[in-house]
Amino acid sequence: MTRQFDRTFWGLTAGLLFLFVLNLFLEEWMRTIGLQSLSRGLVAVGLLILWRTGLVSFGHALFFGFGAYTVALMQIVGVNDIFVLMFCGTAVAGLFAFLLGFLLRQYRAIFFALLNMAFSMILYGVLAKVESLGSTDGIGINQITYLGLKPEGEGYRMALFVFAAVFAYIAAVGAHWYLKSTLGMMTMAVRENEIRVEYLGYSAERAIHVKYVISGLLAGAGGVIMAITVGHVDPESMVYWIVSGDFVFITILSGTGNVGATFIGALVYELLRTYAFEFAPQIWQLILGGSLLFIIMFLPDGLWSIRSEWRNRRNLAAAARSETQVAE
Amino acid sequence: MRGIALDFELLIVILVDGLVYSSYLFLVAVGLTVIFGVQKVLNVTHGSFYAFGAYFAAYLIGLWTNGGLPDWGGFLLILGSALILGVVLGVVIERGLLKHLYGRDEHVMVLATFAAFLVLEDVILLIWGTDPYLAFAPLALLGSTEIAGLIFDVYSLSMISLAFVVAVILWYGLNRTQFGKILLAVIFDRELSMAMGINVTKVFLVTFIIGTFLGALGGAYHAPIISVQPGIGVEVIVLAFAVVVIGGMGSIPGALIGSIIVGISRASAVHMLPEVELFVIYGIMALVLVIRPEGLFAPVKARRI
Amino acid sequence: MTRVLEVHDLEKKFGGVVAAHDINVTVDVGENIGIIGANGAGKTTFVNMVTGYLPPSSGRIEFMGKSVVGLKPRDVTKLGLCRSFQVPQVFLSETVFDNMLVAYGIAERSGLGLFTPLHTEAREARVDAQLKRYQISEYRDATASALPQGVRKLLDIAMATVRNPKLVMLDEPTSGISAEEKFGLMDIIMQALKEEETTVMFIEHDMEIVERFVNRVWAFYQGEIICDATTAEAMKDEKVREFVIGQEYHPGHVEGGAHA
Repeated sequence: MTRQFDRTFWGLTAGLLFLFVLNLFLEEWMRTIGLQSLSRGLVAVGLLILWRTGLVSFGHALFFGFGAYTVALMQIVGVNDIFVLMFCGTAVAGLFAFLLGFLLRQYRAIFFALLNMAFSMILYGVLAKVESLGSTDGIGINQITYLGLKPEGEGYRMALFVFAAVFAYIAAVGAHWYLKSTLGMMTMAVRENEIRVEYLGYSAERAIHVKYVISGLLAGAGGVIMAITVGHVDPESMVYWIVSGDFVFITILSGTGNVGATFIGALVYELLRTYAFEFAPQIWQLILGGSLLFIIMFLPDGLWSIRSEWRNRRNLAAAARSETQVAE
Repeated sequence: MRGIALDFELLIVILVDGLVYSSYLFLVAVGLTVIFGVQKVLNVTHGSFYAFGAYFAAYLIGLWTNGGLPDWGGFLLILGSALILGVVLGVVIERGLLKHLYGRDEHVMVLATFAAFLVLEDVILLIWGTDPYLAFAPLALLGSTEIAGLIFDVYSLSMISLAFVVAVILWYGLNRTQFGKILLAVIFDRELSMAMGINVTKVFLVTFIIGTFLGALGGAYHAPIISVQPGIGVEVIVLAFAVVVIGGMGSIPGALIGSIIVGISRASAVHMLPEVELFVIYGIMALVLVIRPEGLFAPVKARRI
Repeated sequence: MTRVLEVHDLEKKFGGVVAAHDINVTVDVGENIGIIGANGAGKTTFVNMVTGYLPPSSGRIEFMGKSVVGLKPRDVTKLGLCRSFQVPQVFLSETVFDNMLVAYGIAERSGLGLFTPLHTEAREARVDAQLKRYQISEYRDATASALPQGVRKLLDIAMATVRNPKLVMLDEPTSGISAEEKFGLMDIIMQALKEEETTVMFIEHDMEIVERFVNRVWAFYQGEIICDATTAEAMKDEKVREFVIGQEYHPGHVEGGAHA
């Protein structure tokens, strides 16, 4: 279970260094792809943690949106420093995850997924209809500063890339270490057997709540980065249910074996989407949808350890007929 | 006196508009809920069925009318297009996709239908392009009528009747026919039904076709009232989800009540405080999920720890 | 403190159905108690109530002098009262080793400590010791779903006892185990528990097991305890013979005490 520890950590570190070097040679559009991948990858890491717990959210665009819109609103009141924006965007998302978590932690399966979706659509509804929040047009994002400094020209984007890469690195390593901790291993435990967790002395609900907050924080951070990268926030591209669907798409694409793989998955998604849009604009959704179908149906690698877990679970369903015989 | 008259008018407007919304929502949602009840799949592709229905019907009506043929034919085209789509799309999706995925994690199945939805959205674009289709021949044919001093078009009212008729037919079909009883058995317990010798595979296929037909009918019948354009499926499916959740997943009366609730709420918001339109609908959805996750009328038990 | 468990006037009703009624028992340190009775007699309901899974309709339950009524299973576990399950509750897709690791992780840490790494050398040593105690070390790296039933039961109990509980309640530890393996299994279990000086209660249908390993018996029937006596007495008791073990049963060579 744990001898891979070194591999993922060093893999991530190597990845970060690689990105630093790459940063010097990237063209602008590539950097944009990179930034968007990092942004979405962050969300997907949170979803990975939830997926391992046996939960899928069809509404994480909620927290993504909180992060993004916090940036917009703070800029309106004059805050432009990226560190402050990142902190606040993440904190706001985390706060809502904490509050909603009390409710959501009691649900499982499709009800968990749909309740998340409902809340995300509530936010969408508010943002899309309220004029002062930009309505469907959204709000523009100005350039941000780094502790008072604002690099000129290409330097601005390079600095943004470094910031995003470092943040993603810290988040990824943190998530990786988290998954190796007792609480992290409880993703598996809760998914497998909540009763057992309870009788070992821990509350499955509390475990879920912690994970939910973590996923909210990560999604919020992703939203902040996306907002700054794109320079604009609007409900449809950030809070709508399809956005949530895309996040889950990335999670499936990456497989949930490895935190690093999530960013690669996000990159693949980004490339797929960009190139599909570029070369076949009439059918880019078809290509995206087709790819997802392909992965779901044929690609064990894309699913990685999920799949073997699913296989196990189906065997188990036969092996352990009734879940518990606790009641008379 | 004037104040009261205005309020009364507002009430009528909300009621009629609300019921019109409810009707096409019901047609879409009832298909969705039946499919979920039988196959336990939350079929996102249903939004495409609605859109396909709308496009196909609008297209055919356009051809027909331009061909100088009588306007009432539009109704036959609506029904016909829904039937054709029901069978074609139903078979394609159920046999081509879902059949291979039964038994897998329910989230994966929803995602697969989401993927199929994306694909079909573009197929629509490929076939019909991005320009809107307008096919108001049937609408014009039925003219308008006056209720309490307000003008409404008869076509919209007829949609309300259609929804009602469909609801009754479904109720009858489910409770009084052989197939309906089989369906109820499969909804209740799939394994037991199989053990009893019911051909569940066939039941799945037929159910899915019926569901697809209903979704397409919702779109087809709605087409003359709206501007048929890209994206209508996206909007509808998430509303239909809300309806199904509120009414109860797998429950036909639930779909009826749910669509009425959503329809009236939406109409109320639109006519009184437009900003809360979506907030209200999804707020109710969230509320129902919290208070009674199975929905107001449901057979499905929510997993709550 | 020699009194481990005290139950007074325990009652459980489900609507109109009385699942348990007028339960008054005590358990002292070092006792081994066998709980017998037909299916549906109230045995598992009793265990569920004592361990916090089911709230009683009325009555008192005191563990080590503290009332545990209203506590959740996780709290009862933390106080030192653990249970195993009739159908072993383990993490089926993980290895035996990982199962135990999680059990120790939860037992040993709380609050922020839960964020520390799960797999440490010290913990690994403890896991191995526990596996050895239950004689399932050879299955260390096997996936739980692939284990034979007996081994899975041992894993279940091994997980339940990571905290060295004062009292452990085993729900039909030998159910599903073949006749020739039952005694061996119970020997391992009782030996392991004796090492940790745990008071043991178990539900059991096999009277030979009961006779051999237990010095006191509670017989359940229709939600009540119809007999609370030493094993020898219980086996001869009229009511027990009528409602639980049958008139044909002839007590084996009972040495008046628990075997271990």
